[in-house]
Amino acid sequence: MTETFTIRKYLRDLTLPFCAGCGCVTVMNCFLRAVHELGHNDLRKFVFCSGIGCSAWIPSPYFEADSIHTTHGRSIPVALGVKLMRPDLNVVVFGGDGDLAGIGLSHLVHAARRNVDIMVVMVNNMIYGMTGGQVAPTTPLGVRTTTTPYGSFDPPLDTVRLVATAGASYAARWTTMHFGQLKEAMKAAVTTSGFSFIEAVSPCPPAFGKKIGLKDAAGMLRLFKENSLSLEQADKMTKEELENKIVVGEYVRRKRPTFTERICETLKEAEKTAEEN
Amino acid sequence: MAKPLAGTYFWQGNEASAEGAIVAGCRFFAGYPITPASEILEHMAFRLPQNGGIVVQMEDEMAALGAVIGASWTGAKAMTATSGPGFSLMQELLGYAFMTETPCVVVDVQRAGPSTGQATKCGQGDVMQARWGIHGDHASIVLSPNSVQEMFELTIQAFNLAETYRTPVVLLADEIVAHMRERMTVPSLEQTTIAERKKPNSTEKQFFGLKQVAPMPSVGEGFNVAVTGSTHDEQGYRFTADPLVHRRLVRGLVEKIRSNTDRIVDFESYKTDDCDVGIVCFGCTSRAVYEAVELAEDKDVKVGFLRLKTIWPFPEKNVNSMAQTAHVVIVPEMNLGEILYEVDRAVQGAAKVVPLNKIGGGEMITPEELLAEIVGSVKAS
Ligand SMILES: Cc1ncc(C[n+]2csc(CCOP(=O)(O)OP(=O)(O)O)c2C)c(N)n1
Ligand code: SF4
Repeated sequence: MTETFTIRKYLRDLTLPFCAGCGCVTVMNCFLRAVHELGHNDLRKFVFCSGIGCSAWIPSPYFEADSIHTTHGRSIPVALGVKLMRPDLNVVVFGGDGDLAGIGLSHLVHAARRNVDIMVVMVNNMIYGMTGGQVAPTTPLGVRTTTTPYGSFDPPLDTVRLVATAGASYAARWTTMHFGQLKEAMKAAVTTSGFSFIEAVSPCPPAFGKKIGLKDAAGMLRLFKENSLSLEQADKMTKEELENKIVVGEYVRRKRPTFTERICETLKEAEKTAEEN
Repeated sequence: MAKPLAGTYFWQGNEASAEGAIVAGCRFFAGYPITPASEILEHMAFRLPQNGGIVVQMEDEMAALGAVIGASWTGAKAMTATSGPGFSLMQELLGYAFMTETPCVVVDVQRAGPSTGQATKCGQGDVMQARWGIHGDHASIVLSPNSVQEMFELTIQAFNLAETYRTPVVLLADEIVAHMRERMTVPSLEQTTIAERKKPNSTEKQFFGLKQVAPMPSVGEGFNVAVTGSTHDEQGYRFTADPLVHRRLVRGLVEKIRSNTDRIVDFESYKTDDCDVGIVCFGCTSRAVYEAVELAEDKDVKVGFLRLKTIWPFPEKNVNSMAQTAHVVIVPEMNLGEILYEVDRAVQGAAKVVPLNKIGGGEMITPEELLAEIVGSVKAS
């Protein structure tokens, strides 16, 4: 087994930029513990890609690792380019719900469809955190954000279900309240071949908590706990009953041919035609 | 081995560009279909895998350039190709490639815009977009081929410049040059110059913002490189508010290219030091210039021209020196006047600068139209 866990061994000696009570810190911790438990004493075998937003800062530049901090929404295509040319590396994407389920949604769906062998962690704080609390595609109905002062009027997107349906090998949702399960999900995602996706429902006290009348992270975590349901429980409930609930668990875990496997097949075919010519 | 063998070919411009990329050592191509650039993606999809490379059609142009940037950070030479609408979508990531010093090649086969415009017809309206499409301060390297031969050669040159200066390079082609077929030669590999990016030695820590072009590590080599499009120091650490770090980085990135203008600039010139009428041209339009010059010489008019192979950086000095002998400088373009303003700025009043513009239907400026302009300007002066 590996040495005891210290988060420091995976981090650069820099001050983290997150607010007090920010779920990004929990997500970072969970991921690094998962990596530790999988026997990695450093992040040499990993490349991290992220977009723009608070959550996108989790790896960049804080992880002592290769990291590519891209533009808003485009982390997944960049990760795909890295993975195709270096299939031996674990390519992991971190990002917010705005970054991955808003501006970058089409890349997320297509990467799941293609079953690209990368892992994506979406920190869902149900709001645009970095820009100060605008409505996100994941904001529950009725929340008064800076851009929906009379209450949000769009139903939120069930990103995990979408990704699972599109073809991912692995997809799960947990909240930062479920530290153990979230960590186990991270381990499963790192070791999955094919596309793996984790949604971590996460507190953002200043930009979201405040909007729903909660001042600190503790209140938000309590709310997550009270509103979380398992997939089995959710199965027995109506759509109306499920409104504003957080359905947690593993949505899919399956074996499917991966993007790199399929591309390797076509490469063999191409090499044959080159020889024939 | 499936690189094109040395010899004579009858290729289409887009095909020649793809083959040039293969010769240059391109290992990754991602694209999204668009007329009149699709043949590059199609030809690469067939040919690059035969050379052990990978081609993916992505979900849009942002994804295409994003994947190219990711591939470039693994050490691979990488390219994409598009036309106006797709080139517009790529601008944010083009700026990212500039800011992060990511070598890559973007082919923009110009068609008539704005918007969807005339999708299958030639235009030259992206000249200023190729220079200024990126937001914020930056420098650009943009090459302009005028033949199938140059679609091949300048694609190789685009890779060489991208790798040498660690920056995105745009090959600004046009529908006519990209779709025509003509005879061209592929030289032997020994006669072909191929540049590679500078790699760091194992103790190096500074990978960004150096005027002498910083060495570029790849991911997975143990350098723990932190790449970001935010303002960063030489190690890649973000400084989102420090005025000095921003000044140093952005000035440095611009200077890196500006200070090498003389090395980068390439053009074809004809009698520029002894002409009454000068012409500045590029791309397909220059094909009419060749014939117009012959026709004018038959009428004893002394004409010279400067044909830009590098549009950006702009060969300011050379345009200015042509204007010292010419009374008039004619600028034919298939747009409503773009490079015209750059010529005007370079000439600095030393000669009269006359635009000759034509747009629509992919109709080229004809040698006769140019001749009329040349003869008319001689009479007027
Ligand atoms: C193309 C583009 N549009 C808008 C922005 C401004 N912007 C920066 S972060 C952000 C939203 C971030 O929200 P999310 O992805 O949920 O991350 P969080 O900060 O909540 O972790 C936006 C809209 C940008 N950087 N780029
Ligand atoms: S604004 Fe929200 S998401 Fe951003 S650091 Fe603060 S708590 Fe975290």
